Amino acid sequence: MAMKVWHFSELAYHPAWEELGPQLRNVIPSRLCDPKVAADLYHRYLDEWALCDDLGINIMTNEHHATATCIDSVVTVPMAILARETKKVRLLCLGMPIGNRMDAVRVAEEFSMIDVISRGRLEMGFVKGAPFEVTPANSNPADLMPRFWEAHDLILKAMTTHDGPFNWEGRYFNYRQVNVWPRPYQQPHPPIWLTVNSPESAFVGGQRGYVIGVLNSGYDRTPGIYEAYRKGAAEKGRKVGLDRLAYMARVGVGRTKEEGYKRADQILDYSRTSRRVGAQFAFPPGYQSVSATAQALKSPGYGTGVAMRNMSLRNGKQVDVFTASVDEFIDAGICFAGTPDMVFDQMKAFYDHVGGFGHLLMMGQGGHITHEDTVDNLTMFSREVLPRLAELG
Amino acid sequence: METLDVRGTPVEVHIVGSGPPLLYLHAEQFFDRAKPNLEALARTWRVIAPRHPGFGEAAMPADFRSVDDIAYLYHDLLDQLGLDNVTLVGASFGGWIALEMCVRNCARLSRLALISSLGVKFSGREERDFADIFYLNDTAAFSALFADPGRFAPSYETMSMSEVQAIARERQALAYYGWKPYLHNPILKRWLHRVSLPTLVLWGEADGFAKPEYGHKLASAIPAAELKLIPRAGHYPQIEQSEAVVRALDAFARK
Repeated sequence: MAMKVWHFSELAYHPAWEELGPQLRNVIPSRLCDPKVAADLYHRYLDEWALCDDLGINIMTNEHHATATCIDSVVTVPMAILARETKKVRLLCLGMPIGNRMDAVRVAEEFSMIDVISRGRLEMGFVKGAPFEVTPANSNPADLMPRFWEAHDLILKAMTTHDGPFNWEGRYFNYRQVNVWPRPYQQPHPPIWLTVNSPESAFVGGQRGYVIGVLNSGYDRTPGIYEAYRKGAAEKGRKVGLDRLAYMARVGVGRTKEEGYKRADQILDYSRTSRRVGAQFAFPPGYQSVSATAQALKSPGYGTGVAMRNMSLRNGKQVDVFTASVDEFIDAGICFAGTPDMVFDQMKAFYDHVGGFGHLLMMGQGGHITHEDTVDNLTMFSREVLPRLAELG
Repeated sequence: METLDVRGTPVEVHIVGSGPPLLYLHAEQFFDRAKPNLEALARTWRVIAPRHPGFGEAAMPADFRSVDDIAYLYHDLLDQLGLDNVTLVGASFGGWIALEMCVRNCARLSRLALISSLGVKFSGREERDFADIFYLNDTAAFSALFADPGRFAPSYETMSMSEVQAIARERQALAYYGWKPYLHNPILKRWLHRVSLPTLVLWGEADGFAKPEYGHKLASAIPAAELKLIPRAGHYPQIEQSEAVVRALDAFARK
């Protein structure tokens, strides 16, 4: 199977980064957002995604809240626009934080509409959401996962029940007359993705047979996560095709190494800004296990509100993502950068190290990279790297 | 600490001392640091201090949802132990449980003492009665919680991993019961007239988490309540001024 590539952007509001202090999330005031500038950015970012339809690169959107790192606060809004603007590529929402959305039936409606408008091109990501996302939603972190799985069950039942209303009186969601129109274009429902960040959550993904998107795990943690997925699948007697495994990387392609590195360096501002969050938002009680929370409480700097931000290099050395170089991000497996040959070689090395994956979630835009450079980055990747990905594996 | 089976629910209970029965409902965190207060109370009382489900080692019942469930559980506990004329003491989160118990049934109770109790909403929709403890970094939180944080606040770096895990578990349980609505039951104020017991409301003068003005409002909303402020104490007078708390409770009992 040929690898699928997906272009992803967080839709950064980088103009507010000039103001950046230790916290770009949760507490940063919206007076730093100029709506006219934001409008220009939205149109620009949507143009870059729409271009992907001709480049053979699929589209991925996500959402975050109350932050200058990402002004995509509703994952389905840009996808609704792109469902109409594009005609060919697949559309992945990765994802919908269903444990934080208090109206699960509304989620089923949004996804069904986009699937129908796009004539069956939607892929649905259900995500736990980053820890700091419980704050804007004011969703209880201590029972997030039971709520997540009840939402999952209800959304799927709502999308696959076609003989009139049904009743749902669960622990977290109560409806007496669930009856979603339209029903999804893809039957029985669009493909399901999860994001995972640990072997434990990958194991559950494997049990369910869903596609897992793995972020920021690099050379160090990705093999263990994929292995746990295979174990979960094996427990259910299921074989794992590479189409179940996705990996996200920052990608900068250029005509020269310097051009590719410069683009990657700008996109990597995502990594340098996304952890600018107070520890009290990064470790809400109950979001992690008791032992993980205790580790966090004991970590240096916790009390003053500085979140952990280490990245593992291949030799085991820990580096600070705020100051790491492009070469260090490449070494860690977080980034592929340089000429098309360099990017391919780095991808191949990583692919072989982790045992392969079927989807590259390519962050081809981020931070201060210009529109022209983004277009060139995506276009070069499409013409000079994408055709070679069949050589992998 | 022993574990009692209360109609199928395991409840860890710390029972010490002899004298008239005192049901002690602990605050949301730092249970270990309040133990000297329990020992001091044990000089004159038979102290029965259950560990709230989810806060300690015992497994939390999977179907527990709210503070209401804990209140009913402790009514069951009183029934099971056959206790009457009980002095009910609740600190902070434990005070909220105590209020929920009292608006339901005071039959086995003789008096109520609230220490910096949470649970009631007095302010408007755009204000909070309690500092947003989940969103303060610890340096700021300790300043709000303790009159003398340098002496009484925990130091996670020097504590053992199991001690810090105990605190992590307490935070998780507090979030479970008190995340939304934030540390209160919106309708509880409506029913406070049902607290038909002589009530002592104790408050730390330096409480920056639930300020003394809130204590005044709470004491005013309960039919037979008096407020007593404790100097040099923050939100946990039972930790910072244990002896003053014991003296106040003993004097209240002699009235």
